[in-house]
Amino acid sequence: MTAIELKDIQVRLQQKQVLDGIDLTIEQGDFITFLGPSGCGKTTLLRTIAGLQRADGGTIRIGGREVANGDTDYHMEPSKRGLSLVFQSYALWPHMTVFENVAFGLQVRRLAKADVKRSVQNALEKMRIPELSGRYPGELSGGQQQRVAIARAIVTQPDILLLDEPLSNLDAKLRVEMRAELKRLHQELNTTIIYVTHDQHEALSLSTRVAVFFGGRIVQTDKPRQLYKHPRTLQVADFIGSGGLHTNRLEGVIALESGRAWLKTPVAAIALEEAGLAALREVVLTIKPEDIRLYDRQGPDRVTAEVEAVFPSGAETLVQLNAGGAAMMARVIGDADYEPGAVLYADLRKEQMNFYDKRTGMRLENVAPIIEPTGGYAS
Amino acid sequence: MANIPAPEGRRHRTRLHNRTLNWLRNPVHSIGAAALLFLAYTIVWPVLKIAYTTFVWRQQDVRLTGAANPGHFTLYHWTRVLASDMSASLFYKPILNSLAVGATVSALSLVIGCSLAWLVTRTDIPLKRTISFLAVIPYLLPAWILSQAWLTFFKNGKIGGTPGILQSLLHVSPPDWLSYGFVPIVISLSIHDSVFFFLIVGAALSSMNSQLEEAASVAGARRLTVLRRIVMPLVLPSILSGFILIFTKAISSYGVPALLGTPVNFYMISTMLYSSMRSRLTTEANVLSLTLMLISMLTIYLNQRAVGRRRSFVTVTGKGSARRLTPLGPWRFPAATAAALIMAAVAVVPLLVLLAQSFMLKEGVYRLSNFTTHYWWGGSDPDINTGEKGVMQNPIFLLALKNSLYIAGAASVVASVTGLVLGYIVARGRQSWLGRAVDQVSFLPYLIPGVSLSELYISMFAKPTLFIPALYGTIGLLILITVVKELPFTVKAGSAAMMQIGTELEEAAQLGGASWLTRFRRILLPLNRKSLVSVFLLVFIGAMKEMELIIMLVTPRTETLTTLTFYYAEKCYEQLTNVILMIIIAIVVAVYAVAVKLGKADLTQGIGGQ
Repeated sequence: MTAIELKDIQVRLQQKQVLDGIDLTIEQGDFITFLGPSGCGKTTLLRTIAGLQRADGGTIRIGGREVANGDTDYHMEPSKRGLSLVFQSYALWPHMTVFENVAFGLQVRRLAKADVKRSVQNALEKMRIPELSGRYPGELSGGQQQRVAIARAIVTQPDILLLDEPLSNLDAKLRVEMRAELKRLHQELNTTIIYVTHDQHEALSLSTRVAVFFGGRIVQTDKPRQLYKHPRTLQVADFIGSGGLHTNRLEGVIALESGRAWLKTPVAAIALEEAGLAALREVVLTIKPEDIRLYDRQGPDRVTAEVEAVFPSGAETLVQLNAGGAAMMARVIGDADYEPGAVLYADLRKEQMNFYDKRTGMRLENVAPIIEPTGGYAS
Repeated sequence: MANIPAPEGRRHRTRLHNRTLNWLRNPVHSIGAAALLFLAYTIVWPVLKIAYTTFVWRQQDVRLTGAANPGHFTLYHWTRVLASDMSASLFYKPILNSLAVGATVSALSLVIGCSLAWLVTRTDIPLKRTISFLAVIPYLLPAWILSQAWLTFFKNGKIGGTPGILQSLLHVSPPDWLSYGFVPIVISLSIHDSVFFFLIVGAALSSMNSQLEEAASVAGARRLTVLRRIVMPLVLPSILSGFILIFTKAISSYGVPALLGTPVNFYMISTMLYSSMRSRLTTEANVLSLTLMLISMLTIYLNQRAVGRRRSFVTVTGKGSARRLTPLGPWRFPAATAAALIMAAVAVVPLLVLLAQSFMLKEGVYRLSNFTTHYWWGGSDPDINTGEKGVMQNPIFLLALKNSLYIAGAASVVASVTGLVLGYIVARGRQSWLGRAVDQVSFLPYLIPGVSLSELYISMFAKPTLFIPALYGTIGLLILITVVKELPFTVKAGSAAMMQIGTELEEAAQLGGASWLTRFRRILLPLNRKSLVSVFLLVFIGAMKEMELIIMLVTPRTETLTTLTFYYAEKCYEQLTNVILMIIIAIVVAVYAVAVKLGKADLTQGIGGQ
């Protein structure tokens, strides 16, 4: 079932186009993440869905009901949309106890005292903090405040839960803990969750789907696995690849030689499937560090590379290589004992390569390397 | 809002309908519009009206000149004030006096206030708390108490009655220039107003990161160089805003020049305004009001030009940084003693003298046999003050006490809540013209001297208009004028407090389904409690000692403590004046103590926000 349907959402803030033609359908029970660098409009979209920001154009339907229409300038009250929002700052009311904070929404709805009490207790138990009920937000740690904020959001049993960068104010250890908590909560509540973050790790590890934002547009919406493996544009690839994940980029030109299409890069020439490729087209090839295997001995399809630096980090080791003047990073599981200056032989896994048009940055879906045991490379 | 393709006309109508609904549903708009109407009616309209009256002939003018044509345009009133044989005494002398007093008072207060602020916040002077407590006392008192005390000391035989302490002790009559006019006016006002400098500059200094100073001294600057090159420029915006605050206050002050200036015909615009009103020269008084407003506006404008982009300095300061205090070395104790002594002389001695005076049957006779409680609770005695009873026995006093408390109480509650609501509009509506308009207009009363404002209100509310009854002669008008006059301060404080509260706190409640009223009552009001109490306190103190604002509006039924004091002072019933002054002070100090204790109000913060 469709939970939220966004059509051509336009939002301008102070004469600046913040959101430009957002189309998105979110299914019931999805855990969808809005991912993107800061200033890309993801929080604005969240606020637009919540009703805290007005859409200048386009329509929003929640559960089949139209809640906002930019053309008729219709905007339903946020509280009537059946959703809750957890703010980045948590926005806990400092003058109320945890109980009062959580109970507020129910009291405003004029629920009976006993019902309020029961629901609040329930929500606090779900967040595993029933013992904090009498405390004030100022007396809580960041992680506890986070739990209270979520409890306040789920106490009204919303159909949709919106989370705005909820983990950004926590330290690394708590972040991992809360990530698990959110996953558990999603499975337990079975509500639709929209989650805004700029952290690729969070997006990939939490969500069932990820929407990547750039400059007020959604560039790609995919399952995390798909997004990681095949970013649609170079921009997305770079963004997913930043922050420790890393992506190797090799620039090359397509050449037609000896009846075949080749991608000529400084490292190697790669034979491509014939698919009406234009010659001299500039192409960028990306490959993830974990898709480069390192060997001590030369073999078929291996390129020579010199070790420049080694970055061990316990479970894995990043090895910085120099192959034919191009810098590449390889990821090796475990502890790799390479000396800088050593010469290695790298196997680039062709089936994991992505090809992009250098000019437009779009992924070239019709370009694929020929995968066969021999003859793939020519040096 | 069904998704049926509607004909263009209907769609357009829906859109318009939704637009209007959206606009009204935003509290900034709906409340802002109401607020703007209120401000327009209570501030803008009276000013325009008064400006209009100065350009038309009045019915009464027919008696003055044959050229008068009632209801038609004329520059007669302006020429009469600015260029006629009476201009010198009606306009030019008072205005020069006002400007001279304003400039001298500002300069003197600057020196006193800033040095005190620097001593208390940036040096290791002992007795800090005592000094700052003493420094705030003059603020709690009406400025003219100091004039009253001054007269007690330095009065000479000129205006009759018993001579002052100085004359009875030394048997020398103090010269007129010491007893009345410019010198005592400047001194009383400076003592009273330097507390503003102390608080404003003190706040700026104490929030300044001392690493800025350290960085300069590490770079090799000497202490004076650091003061001159680093500290001064940083607090300059505060100093300038303190300067205009005091300048505009001083030129429009009424009580002090009335007590100390009139005996020697030393008039300032405000006192001239009052006496023109008394002698039925209303239109001329209006012209004087307008010029007084123009001067204030000009001052503010010059300040804006001067401070302009520098204003942001104050907020640049970091917080929580450790403050390193400048050691005074051998000067520590002499400085502390001197500061405390001067403060005590200024704050406490006048009070004690006035208190003692109130128990003296005859002024200036220092013998035990002269002790009496007659003025406090004695009955009527035809030999004393032509039979005026002791204060406690006097039904007029009880009425005035009741009125004063009622006005101050009601006005401060209304003013603080109004300030918070308008502050909300200003803080949340910064993007919209409505918010900016409310911000600008609510600042206007700052430019309108109290005497002028009350003059405006007399003509405004003398007879009923539309659904508003004739408020003249009611307590309601006194409350209204107090609320309006305090708007610049209350709205500023309210918006500053609202800015501190993130919009998310409100949005969270909005998502929970709370209406604006619920949000205001349950979220914003409790979160702003501290600022609310401070504002309440300041307005209450201001209203308790307010005089220039209401002196023209009171009627026998709406007499207040201050106007009663002034009436006694004018009649030279010194002891009775002092008794009531003591009672006013007792009330102010009691309310101050309670508010500080219970509400954690912060007086310093409140004034600093202005």
